[in-house]
Amino acid sequence: MALVMQNIDIQVGGVAHLDDINLTFRRGGLYTVLGRTLAGKTTLLRTIAGLQQPQKGALTLHGKDYINLPVWKRRVAMVYQQFINYPHLNVLANVVFPLKRAGVPRAEARQQAREVLAKVGLAEFEKRRPAALSGGQQQRVALARALVKRAEILLLDEPLVNLDYKLREQLREEFQNIFEGQGDAIVIYTTTEPAEAIQLGHEMIVMDEGTVIQQGNPLAVFNAPVTIRCAEVINDPPMNIFRGTIEKGDIRLRGGVRLPVPAHMAQMPEGPYRFGLRAADLSIGGVIESKVELSEISGSQTILHLRGDIGAFIFYEDGVYQHSIGDTVPVDLNSDRIYSFSVEGDLIAAPAATDEQWR
Amino acid sequence: MKTTYLLLKYLAILLWSSFVALPFLWALTTSFKTANGVTGGATYIPWLQYEPSLEGWKVLVRTGGQGIDIVAPYISSVVVTLSASLISLALGTLAAYGLSRFSYRLGFVKNSDITFFFISQRIMPPIVLAIPFFLMLQFLGLLDTIAGLILVYVALLLPIATWVMVDFFNNVPSEIDEMAMIDGCNPIEAFVRVILPNSLPGIAVGGLFCIIFGWNDFFFAFTLTFTKTQLLPVAVVALNSSVTPWWSLSASALVSVAPLVIIAFVVERFLSSGNMAGAIR
Repeated sequence: MALVMQNIDIQVGGVAHLDDINLTFRRGGLYTVLGRTLAGKTTLLRTIAGLQQPQKGALTLHGKDYINLPVWKRRVAMVYQQFINYPHLNVLANVVFPLKRAGVPRAEARQQAREVLAKVGLAEFEKRRPAALSGGQQQRVALARALVKRAEILLLDEPLVNLDYKLREQLREEFQNIFEGQGDAIVIYTTTEPAEAIQLGHEMIVMDEGTVIQQGNPLAVFNAPVTIRCAEVINDPPMNIFRGTIEKGDIRLRGGVRLPVPAHMAQMPEGPYRFGLRAADLSIGGVIESKVELSEISGSQTILHLRGDIGAFIFYEDGVYQHSIGDTVPVDLNSDRIYSFSVEGDLIAAPAATDEQWR
Repeated sequence: MKTTYLLLKYLAILLWSSFVALPFLWALTTSFKTANGVTGGATYIPWLQYEPSLEGWKVLVRTGGQGIDIVAPYISSVVVTLSASLISLALGTLAAYGLSRFSYRLGFVKNSDITFFFISQRIMPPIVLAIPFFLMLQFLGLLDTIAGLILVYVALLLPIATWVMVDFFNNVPSEIDEMAMIDGCNPIEAFVRVILPNSLPGIAVGGLFCIIFGWNDFFFAFTLTFTKTQLLPVAVVALNSSVTPWWSLSASALVSVAPLVIIAFVVERFLSSGNMAGAIR
């Protein structure tokens, strides 16, 4: 019993928006789709909703053809990244609308709508028009309208992206409870933020340029990205990638940097590789001299964009520090946390998973 | 500096308002005059400068003999304008929704060409259409009838209604239609239940245009009618004969402008409020 996509292709004007997509979504599962903008996430959801027709491939729900079922006959709910509500209806009527279309009696529909509105914290706003609500409240109305249908498939397309930081954090926490109450619905949630995808999903699908590049348990994907492309998408800031070689028991990077080969890479033969290191796995005070190109302060972290003989990289420093552009900062690489990839970009060795909080 | 600017601004507004309002004032005073009042030189203030008379107004509703009777043309004009506007708006709204939401292709002809074709009907001078319309109505046996005029006005108003509504629908995000379909509406229900209720401002503008064009048209009302049917603009102009009753002419001119003024006031409220705010961020 599942929603199955097989060899789905969608091209618009000669550009592939979805390229040979094969995915299975099981009932009761909460799937997060992680990818940068233009990765094909929205197209994926629109295809499932029936708003876009694939040129090729099969889509089935519980073994029955789904592609030829028109949108209004699919039991799908969707929340857009823009807050879409019916402007001529008040909040309650907005939420009642899909139930009315489904033939639920008026009194019952109103009661169900009120329950869902209470759940999303909009109980006292039912008489207002959407235009008289804040952005966060408008998105809650849209969410309520999607939840009230108890659809078989619940699609959320970057629902938090247009909200401010605080509200995003708050709603993200509430989502976990809200989705628990959806029973055996298939919930698919797209986002550009790795943290969101890892925190919410039972299963994470990483997309890039219209293809699925990795799929699996969110932490497993985070701990062992199969390619450099995936490692870049699932880390924010993206994982630093250095070119280098393993020679005579040393990792040799550009600029004469040498590191001892860590245990998890001991079996690797000598030769050229690409090495990955998360921005958080560097530390201040080492032998690698680098110049500050950009310094951003985000919440309680400082993100430094550095450049040295070793190449350009990003360093995530806990705490707020003031660095001027052009300053020289000595850094150290934590070789125990180094990922190694082949020159083509495939993962060869990953450090052991830690309980350390992902970023 | 700011005061000077404000003064200049109000002065300009005052000048323009007088420019617009004075002819109406002139018509208003004239309508209460008699033959002596009109020919006796420029007078503006009733009772002081001339003795007001209701004669100019009374003859408008008096039939036969000395009466002028603009009641019958008035009713004809209301019927023709409202029918033609309603039909044009109904058809135009449907056509516009189709042109805005679906893609049509016939060889090199696509949506924008169809929209242009509609509006191109209004680009050519009306005189070009006079003879074809005349011949078509003659063929249908509808010359000099209300039905014939409605038909012609629909042909004239439909492009305006369609054009206004295409522009309006193009500004309504199609995500709203999609949402309605996801919420269980088929495309027709989505249009009727969601798009139409949110289109009142566009329909108000389209309707206003239709009514103004229809109500004010003289040319086709004149060329396509003879004796049985007469529309208001023709009836007003017909008063201008060898002995023009200026008082009745003024009164009938005011009466024929009145509905447009009232409609403009009503529709104006739709234009400033109730847009698509709250539909989409």
